[in-house]
Amino acid sequence: MSGADLATDLAGMHLTSPVLTAAGCGGRELAPFTDLAALGAVVTRTVTLDAQAGSPPPRVAETPSGLLHATGAQNPGLQGFLATELPWYGQQGVRVVVSISAGSLAEYGELARRLATASGIGAVEVHLAVPDAYQTGKVLNVVRRDLPRGTTVLAKLAPGGDVVDQARAAVDNGADAVVLCQGFPAMVLDPVTLRPVLGAGGGLLSGPAVHALALRCVWDVHAALPDVPVVGVGGIRSGFDALAMLLAGATAVQLGSVLLRDPSAATRIRHELLDELDRRDLDSAADAVGLAHQQPEGSSR
Amino acid sequence: MTTAAPETGAVQVVGEVLSVKRSGRYHHLTLVAPGVPERFRPGTFVAVTVGGAMAETTLRRALPVHRVRATGAYGGTVECVFEATDAGTRWLAAAAPGTPVDVVGPLGRPFALPKEPVTCVLVGHGCASAPLFSLAERLRERDCPVHMLLGAETEAGLFGALEARRATRGVTVATADGSVGLRGGVVDALPDLLTRTGADVVYAAGPADVLHGVALAAETHGAWSQTAVDVPHGCGTGLCLTCVLPVVGEDGGTRMVRACTEGPVFRGDRVRWRDLGGVPADARGAS
Repeated sequence: MSGADLATDLAGMHLTSPVLTAAGCGGRELAPFTDLAALGAVVTRTVTLDAQAGSPPPRVAETPSGLLHATGAQNPGLQGFLATELPWYGQQGVRVVVSISAGSLAEYGELARRLATASGIGAVEVHLAVPDAYQTGKVLNVVRRDLPRGTTVLAKLAPGGDVVDQARAAVDNGADAVVLCQGFPAMVLDPVTLRPVLGAGGGLLSGPAVHALALRCVWDVHAALPDVPVVGVGGIRSGFDALAMLLAGATAVQLGSVLLRDPSAATRIRHELLDELDRRDLDSAADAVGLAHQQPEGSSR
Repeated sequence: MTTAAPETGAVQVVGEVLSVKRSGRYHHLTLVAPGVPERFRPGTFVAVTVGGAMAETTLRRALPVHRVRATGAYGGTVECVFEATDAGTRWLAAAAPGTPVDVVGPLGRPFALPKEPVTCVLVGHGCASAPLFSLAERLRERDCPVHMLLGAETEAGLFGALEARRATRGVTVATADGSVGLRGGVVDALPDLLTRTGADVVYAAGPADVLHGVALAAETHGAWSQTAVDVPHGCGTGLCLTCVLPVVGEDGGTRMVRACTEGPVFRGDRVRWRDLGGVPADARGAS
């Protein structure tokens, strides 16, 4: 019987578990295979102001231990999302984080204003496409301004620039936590056509191949900004991978591509995380946060 | 462990390879997958992991189901026929009996069955014909006269021609090189067959150009068409949005819909065949 306490506090949001799904990788489709209500939260697919048909296929390519993807944020638009998807989560008792993306500050503002009046939203995750601290700050400022004070705002940062600078800009402008990080810009060429495999050309790399990269982002931000809550995402496929994110400084984790391979992975990893905590006599997930930054007793390292 | 899916009827089970046999240029895979046969309906598919526990492969492989057996010495089994075209399917083709494979299924929407005993023509190209045989059984149970039209580029590419003779009222075979049966494609042979049989419904499985031709021929003859569209899948459960294709809805508008959840079987007159592989400018976001 596992005794560790998984409940955690993410920037004022009480979560019964630190295991969440990542944007676009969890939703109603998982309900047959996993108890969504037992997750800390489900992050919705990324919603834009207007409906988007997405990128031309092929949209996904396998890479060694990875997954290159470019869906082009296919979604029914905010109105469609609020009418059809959000009520379902409420009926199921699932805590929802709404992922949003926009092409302009004005659109971000409109999304925030319309979400402010919607019920059943635990948090908003802002998808930031560009690894630029100045832009990150401007976007977060607009979103934060129009959302109710009680709505937690997460900033999902793009890798590539100085992730610490971006995290600082995000929280200085109203983000309650940062999510580290999105997929890494990548490409695969077709050996027959000698052209990019994906219809969109380039894409973002996810999966086990990027776990170590994402872990480093979490580590660096926690080292520089220890008071900033961090959500770790990238290539988690086991309980230890999740624990590693906590040890590096994450308060919670998100599961992405592992759910495509194993639709019941959220339940499995939650159980495995409990076992990992018990094995190390850690009473709670919160006790593990940032533990890897502490120097061992007697060490001069 | 079995994780049940009350909404779709799909289950996730740790199954195992019972056998892999060569069938011409194809592989005939039998998986022990308890719980899947009971929920199976013709046209649905399974999504299996490949590469083992330490695999570099991150996605599942979607396999149409040829036949299921609910009982037997090994419990419920699922049979699939596939061509090894990439590292994942080559691994599956070489998997030894007893190799554990995680199976999710049955997935997707099946072929719609007629309520009345109407004449049906089943059209298949290559190993995509595999799901049509369990469909033929269900149609015969409903007293539907069943004719089958099977085709391939060459004789070596045909699948199930002998089995079809046992399972249906009449079989027509067509090969592009004329090595067996009629010379040409199944689409060339279909209009005459529809005229001869007076079929009310056409079921088809094969590449997009074949399905497009079948849908047009069916429409010309005033028949309904049900087409099993073969597009690449990433997960099979609706998450990854890899398998989208443009389909015209009840309201006349086009949406990019997922072949794994809204398909793989679609009405032939609803698919925008010429726009497969792209996103039409007037398409709106998917459900």
